[in-house]
Amino acid sequence: MSSTTTTTTVGTFAAPSRRNTELALLVFAVLIPVFAYVNVGLAKDGSVPAGALGYTLGLGLLAGVTHLVVRKWAPYADPLMLPIATLLNGLGLVFIWRLDQEPQISTPQLGGAMAPGQLMWSTLGVALFLGVVIFLKDHRVLQRYTYISMVLALVLLIAPVFFPARFGARIWITIPGVGSLQPGEFAKIIIAIFFAGYLMVKRDALALASRRFMGLYLPRGRDLGPILVIWALSLMILVFETDLGTSLLFFGLFVIMLYVATERTSWIVFGLLLSGGGAVAVATFESHVQVRVHNWLNPLELLNGGVTETAQAMYSFGSGGILGSGLGQGYSRLIGGIAPKSDYILATVGEETGLAGLMAILLLYGLLIERGIRTALAARDPFGKLLAVGLSGAFALQVFVVAGGVTGLIPLTGMTMPFLAQGGSSVIANWALVGILLRISDTARRPAPAPAPSTDAEMTQVVRP
Amino acid sequence: MSELTLTVMRLGFLAVLWLFVIVAVQVIRSDLFGTRVTQRGAARRGAPEPRTQRQAAAPQQQQPRRQEGGRGGGRQRRGAPTKLVVSEGTLAGTTVALQGQTITLGRAHDSTIVLDDDYASSRHARIYPDRDGQWIVEDLGSTNGTYLDRTRLTTATPIPLGAPIRIGKTVIELRK
Repeated sequence: MSSTTTTTTVGTFAAPSRRNTELALLVFAVLIPVFAYVNVGLAKDGSVPAGALGYTLGLGLLAGVTHLVVRKWAPYADPLMLPIATLLNGLGLVFIWRLDQEPQISTPQLGGAMAPGQLMWSTLGVALFLGVVIFLKDHRVLQRYTYISMVLALVLLIAPVFFPARFGARIWITIPGVGSLQPGEFAKIIIAIFFAGYLMVKRDALALASRRFMGLYLPRGRDLGPILVIWALSLMILVFETDLGTSLLFFGLFVIMLYVATERTSWIVFGLLLSGGGAVAVATFESHVQVRVHNWLNPLELLNGGVTETAQAMYSFGSGGILGSGLGQGYSRLIGGIAPKSDYILATVGEETGLAGLMAILLLYGLLIERGIRTALAARDPFGKLLAVGLSGAFALQVFVVAGGVTGLIPLTGMTMPFLAQGGSSVIANWALVGILLRISDTARRPAPAPAPSTDAEMTQVVRP
Repeated sequence: MSELTLTVMRLGFLAVLWLFVIVAVQVIRSDLFGTRVTQRGAARRGAPEPRTQRQAAAPQQQQPRRQEGGRGGGRQRRGAPTKLVVSEGTLAGTTVALQGQTITLGRAHDSTIVLDDDYASSRHARIYPDRDGQWIVEDLGSTNGTYLDRTRLTTATPIPLGAPIRIGKTVIELRK
């Protein structure tokens, strides 16, 4: 140690750990949902909701514990991820509670009030987040489980086939008496671990062994194997589980990670062609997908005496305008159907906070994804880089698929808006995802140790290019 | 509730939401200006230029290190390294805790430290503790050799604390 005090090289300036910034933002992120909560109460009943103080203290306590754990176990972690995730989750709880106040869409058949359940799932999610931050000391450990995670992910993706379909899609595992969970949400994390481990080993072969044809690098046939296997698998999910979202997420994630690992544009072209061809092929014979596409193309068609849910969602965006109708004063209950609190929650956000609020929410998602990609840039090891890209890519794809579906850009698919929408599996899985990203960012942002006693200035010199 | 209160709350909510977004963007603004890697490289090449910078940085740099050294010395058996640090090369900054396991170095993907270095062999060297807990480095027949301090290794050699082990452009050392 003492020999290093006479340095001839300049060390790096230690990047500030920014834990205090995180704390300030976290306070902010707890207060904004509380404000929204009070606002909804005042608008609906003309009084501050009874549990306001209790919820404030509860959320504050939860956020405080989370902050202290991060301060202790991941002191150099990114300062933005935790506050943004907290804010989105808190706002989601408020919006679900707000929709619970509408009797028409909170009937026992539709599951009744969902905010208490969601609060419990969120707490479990935060507990899992803390578990990841405390017990996952180094993300490189995950690299050991490359092929185990492949098997696990396949099991999770295939398992729902054996359970009865709910709402037209087989994406739930139902355990009688306990409840049901959506394994696809957890599979996206596990599959990202597999892709990162696999591509780290194979990327040289995929990137370098190729022929050039019409400006594109065509990969060799045998290197094309894995992508075709993944493509076939994602199509099978689409056919047997009739779940457009998971299928898109699964294949899109693979193409993103393949592109990042190999830097070859040809993979993107291949990916788009394959997914486009596959989607069209499946849409010709799968009635569930046909209905979705039909609703997307003809939203104003009369259906059961009214227009489609897609059109209702667009109406609520329209009635919100620029500044929105105000929290608790919208009519998004008219969307009806089975999923106003999960798939369509973005329509409520759009109506009650307007374009201004919706853009802020989308920007928050964008910032969270940007922090993930930034973590990937800063990470030193290739596995960490690929894993961070994969996790934030999965998150980004999910946001795109849901937001695009609700706003009518693409056909609607049954996925949940991360953190915002009602859904236990989703909120738990996304907290775990943020936990892993936070762990990678802690390793990446940790300041480099003091420089070595330089051998450059002595008898031998290192020639640097 | 009066219309006015609700309108004020509606606009107030949007304002605080956007305030949060703007503060968050301010926090990440620092990402736009330089990274640690460029700082490191530039400082080495331009020796006279960053002298003032260096003097400013030196106290900051040394203080935490001294504290760390003091604590480490009090707690641990003297001379027992606790971590392996990559101090130069593309992996600079990587640390591996020494817990009695064998550490393999090389380009092979199953190495403990995967070297992305043109001069490294796939199984380049290994570092392991002998029976007395002394850490030993051994070259595994690499093409370009492993250097301890400035001598090329021919046999398994004990590693003194803080001595640089050089493989290609990567420098590794054991620290307390």
